[in-house]
Amino acid sequence: MQAVKAMVRQPAALFGLIVVVLVVVLAIAAPLIAPYSPDEQMFDGLTLEGAPLPPSAQFLLGTDTLGRDLFSRLLYGARTSLVIGLVANGIAVTIGLLIGILSGYMRGIVGGALMRFTDLMMAFPALLLAIVLAALLRPSLWIVAMVIALVNWVQVARIVYTETRGLVERDFILAERSLGAGHGRILFHHILPHLIPTAIVWGTLGIATTVLLEATLSFLGIGVQPPTPSWGNIIFESQSYFQAAPWLVFIPGAVILLTALSFNLVGDALRDILDPTQRGRG
Amino acid sequence: MAFLLLRRLVQTALILLGVAAITFLLLYALPADPARMIAGRSATAQTVANIRRELGLDQPLLVQFWTYLQGLFQGDLGRSYAQKTDVGALIAARLPATLILMAAGIAVEVVLGVFLGVLAAVRRGGFVDRFVMMASFVGVSAPQFVAALLLLYVFAVTLAWFPMSGFGTPAHVVLPALTLGVLGAGWYARMVRSAMIDVLNQDYVRTARAKGLSSARIIFRHALPNALLPIIAMIGIDIGQFMSGVVVVEAVYGWPGIGQLAWQAIQQVDIPIIMGVTLVSALAIVLGNLLADILAPLVDPRIRAR
Repeated sequence: MQAVKAMVRQPAALFGLIVVVLVVVLAIAAPLIAPYSPDEQMFDGLTLEGAPLPPSAQFLLGTDTLGRDLFSRLLYGARTSLVIGLVANGIAVTIGLLIGILSGYMRGIVGGALMRFTDLMMAFPALLLAIVLAALLRPSLWIVAMVIALVNWVQVARIVYTETRGLVERDFILAERSLGAGHGRILFHHILPHLIPTAIVWGTLGIATTVLLEATLSFLGIGVQPPTPSWGNIIFESQSYFQAAPWLVFIPGAVILLTALSFNLVGDALRDILDPTQRGRG
Repeated sequence: MAFLLLRRLVQTALILLGVAAITFLLLYALPADPARMIAGRSATAQTVANIRRELGLDQPLLVQFWTYLQGLFQGDLGRSYAQKTDVGALIAARLPATLILMAAGIAVEVVLGVFLGVLAAVRRGGFVDRFVMMASFVGVSAPQFVAALLLLYVFAVTLAWFPMSGFGTPAHVVLPALTLGVLGAGWYARMVRSAMIDVLNQDYVRTARAKGLSSARIIFRHALPNALLPIIAMIGIDIGQFMSGVVVVEAVYGWPGIGQLAWQAIQQVDIPIIMGVTLVSALAIVLGNLLADILAPLVDPRIRAR
């Protein structure tokens, strides 16, 4: 609650928060708001020559190349983006937390090996890896989420590792250890709670990355497959048509930008609020 | 220093080996079958089996990986399945185009980033400052392909100042470089801004002011060189990021670089090319970081002293 109050005081963060809430509400309420079914190819949704219609009173944001209502598809696309964002990023943050804590806490072979593996993944061309994996697997919403999770945990692991290393050296951990606490107790009762702010911040910032990555994969035609609408594949389906029907590319594009921007703004504000040592930097 | 460099080089080799191993395992574990892809849909099981034997795909995975590594140590990246030519040669032919694009993109980022960063630092809290802080967020939040399509729509379709796609003249490089540069410039500006603010608060800058030097001279001659160090590290990281993301921009602009090569190979399950491009990209990431580490002490004597 305090975090929300602090955020309301910064115009940029407030803007981000409003957009995030709006996107979530619109995604959940999509069936109630959407004027048409997202998959319905309407006869009056195309011109007599078969071209898509520009925005009008009947079709708020125009129609796509198959005569489907763009506004309705964007609403349902928000669901796709948010589901992938939450699932993929949730998995990525969990893996990152786990590997980061273990490699930071454990000395010796296991910790060292985990960290070397993370270093190795840092050198991996992440986007290329995601594109290769997504293209060669049968693309579906869940595969896309998995692929994104697989490339996105690395950064979180790196940060959690550094923080854990710092925590392990602190006196209160030493005190706990000398009282005879086991590894499990130290890890889950004393180290993990200190990492929750980091997890929240990256849980938010990561959604921006995920939304962008999903859009990119779908734009290349290897992400979420039509007819399931996703912001990326709406652009993919109409990109060859973008000179004649620019709204089909730039309205979804603006929606992607606005959503990613808002999650970034909220995440950045959360970082300032939850971690006072970072305040005022950058 | 020599020892440190040697250690970094060994590390680099190990990382590349690791990247090769993981990519190899992943590619062969995936359900896509290159033999079937080459044979086509209507091929008989016999044809597919023959192709598989010809490519050595019937061998156990470890044997295949060992063969690949042996080639790698001799500088041989293998032969493309679809194009039947040397992968090393294919990549070498495409690399210059990608490097041109990278150099142009990073140049836009640095010029724009330094300019905006200095302006923001000097007029701290002013309009430019707030604009830069916001723009850097917009830059990282904007999908590259949308920015690319927007630039195409405005400057190639509507205004017709630049060609839609292709390669060859300086005009072709403008839009792809702007796509990469404008989106990335925000973070450069942020870095320069905070480094500049630190430097401008230092005593020697006050001394320069007290001597009565013009503010232009103080900013560009005295303060800026000391604020540029973070830029070197950023360029190092950028080189790696760029190599990883080049597929998208090259796809939109039809730019004949290694990203396009990789994209075609992915669609044909041409594993040797995918492996090759992945390794080259990983090499770029590692070398980018290495370059930043080597250049930093050369540029800044303060680091050398440590």
